[in-house]
Amino acid sequence: MLEDKDRIFTNLYGLHDWGLEGARARGAWDGTKAILEKGRDWIINEMKASGLRGRGGAGFPTGLKWSFMPKQSDGRPHYLVVNADESEPGTCKDREIMRHDPHLLVEGCLIAGFAMGAHTCFIYIRGEFVRERERLEAAVDQAYEANLIGKNNVHGFPFDIIVHHGAGAYICGEETALLESLEGKKGQPRLKPPFPANVGVYGCPSTVNNVESIAVVPDILRRGAHWFASIGRPNNTGTKLFCISGHVEKPCTVEDAMGVPLRELLDGHCGGVRGGWDNLLAVIPGGSSMPMIPAHQCEHLLMDFDGCREFKSALGTAAVIVMDKSTDIVRAMARISYFYKHESCGQCTPCREGMGWMWRVLSRMAEGRAHKREIDMLMEVTTQIEGHTICAFGDGAAWPVQGLLRHFRHEIERRIDEYSANPHPEPVRVAAE
Amino acid sequence: MAVRRLADPAIQPKSFAFTVENLNWSKREIAKYPEGRQHSAVIALLWRAQEQAGGWLPQKAIEHVADLLGMPKIRALEVATFYTMFNLAPVGQFHVQLCGTTPCVLRGADKLIKLCRDRIGEPLEATADGKLSWIEVECLGACVNGPVAQISCVDAPAAQANYDYYEDLSPESFTKILDDLVAGRTVKPGPQVARQLSAPSGGPTTLTDPALYARGNGGQTRKPALSDAEAKKSGEPANVREAATPKPPTDDSSRQP
Repeated sequence: MLEDKDRIFTNLYGLHDWGLEGARARGAWDGTKAILEKGRDWIINEMKASGLRGRGGAGFPTGLKWSFMPKQSDGRPHYLVVNADESEPGTCKDREIMRHDPHLLVEGCLIAGFAMGAHTCFIYIRGEFVRERERLEAAVDQAYEANLIGKNNVHGFPFDIIVHHGAGAYICGEETALLESLEGKKGQPRLKPPFPANVGVYGCPSTVNNVESIAVVPDILRRGAHWFASIGRPNNTGTKLFCISGHVEKPCTVEDAMGVPLRELLDGHCGGVRGGWDNLLAVIPGGSSMPMIPAHQCEHLLMDFDGCREFKSALGTAAVIVMDKSTDIVRAMARISYFYKHESCGQCTPCREGMGWMWRVLSRMAEGRAHKREIDMLMEVTTQIEGHTICAFGDGAAWPVQGLLRHFRHEIERRIDEYSANPHPEPVRVAAE
Repeated sequence: MAVRRLADPAIQPKSFAFTVENLNWSKREIAKYPEGRQHSAVIALLWRAQEQAGGWLPQKAIEHVADLLGMPKIRALEVATFYTMFNLAPVGQFHVQLCGTTPCVLRGADKLIKLCRDRIGEPLEATADGKLSWIEVECLGACVNGPVAQISCVDAPAAQANYDYYEDLSPESFTKILDDLVAGRTVKPGPQVARQLSAPSGGPTTLTDPALYARGNGGQTRKPALSDAEAKKSGEPANVREAATPKPPTDDSSRQP
């Protein structure tokens, strides 16, 4: 298990002062100027060497992403955009950073902004996080007051941070939808290319990073890329905030090393699965968009990008949703499908129509009111959605359904058999919207 | 996607204008964005308009914001109907947004949904006294503290904070919160069970090493942290810090004396 001294978020549970004084006492804003003086290239190389992969879900190497920004400005300003629109079901890590360790984020913004020549940073925080936004704004104000950021700050790199908020749209967590929303439009994703690094917010080069990716930057540079790279496995380095929800004795958010075995994570921090390990039915390892992993595979599951991929899932945001044997697994997935139906932006037809379709079929299957051939039809529909939409929302909605069909087809078939043995009138009719 | 329409014309107010205070606030908000990019402030302004109008967005308020930002009315209408935190019809004084997504359901949100139906009625319909209304929302982003409800309050009195999260709810604690709100009593936001925010109940399993916090006494007697010069050397067991003689970086005026 990771030792306390290797943890980055030392105020994860809000037991200590979140403000500038407290953050400094825990090591934030220490030697920031010395870091900036080493120059852009050093910072980007160090980030590449650390092996940090983006913490927002896709796991794209952060240093590499930064290096896509133009080296020289062509007259257009560069922007750093921090994605704090955390709304993937199961995920609640950025919330803790913003309300308890906001200065790590503010400092990370300055360093990241410097590394890509961006003098302005937008932090896009989801609308529901009102308290968290107030805390973050207070931290930004403190940093301005202490002249750590601003036009003539002590670091000699003019830098402004603007906290922007949304108003309840999951899709705005997709980077181009976020940019649209930031410009004051509906949050509908853009076609790529052009990529944000060339044409981003206001048509200027922009880089969108997750809160956690940015907040770990100062510590990586202070302690050295080798330190970060030494934790975890190659290609899956560093520490990670895990959010464990659902059927465990003690759900919690905790920082641990990448590659920690799932069982150790659940037993060590969460008091184990409700009713014991043998009572486990399945876990969703990375937020609702990722396919589930059934219990018999969980024994050997290592919680990192490659470890999850081995079992045809993905680490995503490392939001572990645990389901024990009391779970109505089909209904749980039907509810996730409803989530995607509700949150689809409506731009691409396969997604807009397909989401409602999948939800309605799954709701029927949860009661057994379906034909067995519809299982294959549903599988085919998910593959028709996957990869046929502008953004990854369609994929993220199709995968959990595929995961269900892959591992719990027998459960659906059992329900269909049960129902056809004793058919009863339809309880509820759901209108097609 | 959800179908969202403006409220019945019969209940739409005839006019809307920001108060002087809100207008000044709006101007400051617009000034945050680069010149010519004032449209970016539309969500913030609509939010403020919703608060001023009593928890929902009348058509006139949306048009007022559009005029203020110099954007076509249809663009502001698009935004108002796209984002689900904008209520397009009046809600109760206390508007309960109850999370009904899978992680919360696994922890028992179903019972709370039923409770809301029994106690308050259909979603988005206020009770007869206008005190309460509710809606099932999608993930609120506090899943380890599920089930979660966010309660917003029209004309929030000073004692009642607005938009707070109520976490780790049970039917009993949730009923008590609703009772207290209706009766005008103060309620405690955050986890409703003995628990430190998102830490495991019974106390954190991590961050228990006092050495982590020994570096400063509120920033008074702080010793310098490691700087880059002392960063890990390759080849060492890298999770061991070489903290023998940490030196502060030379010439860093960001440091406190």
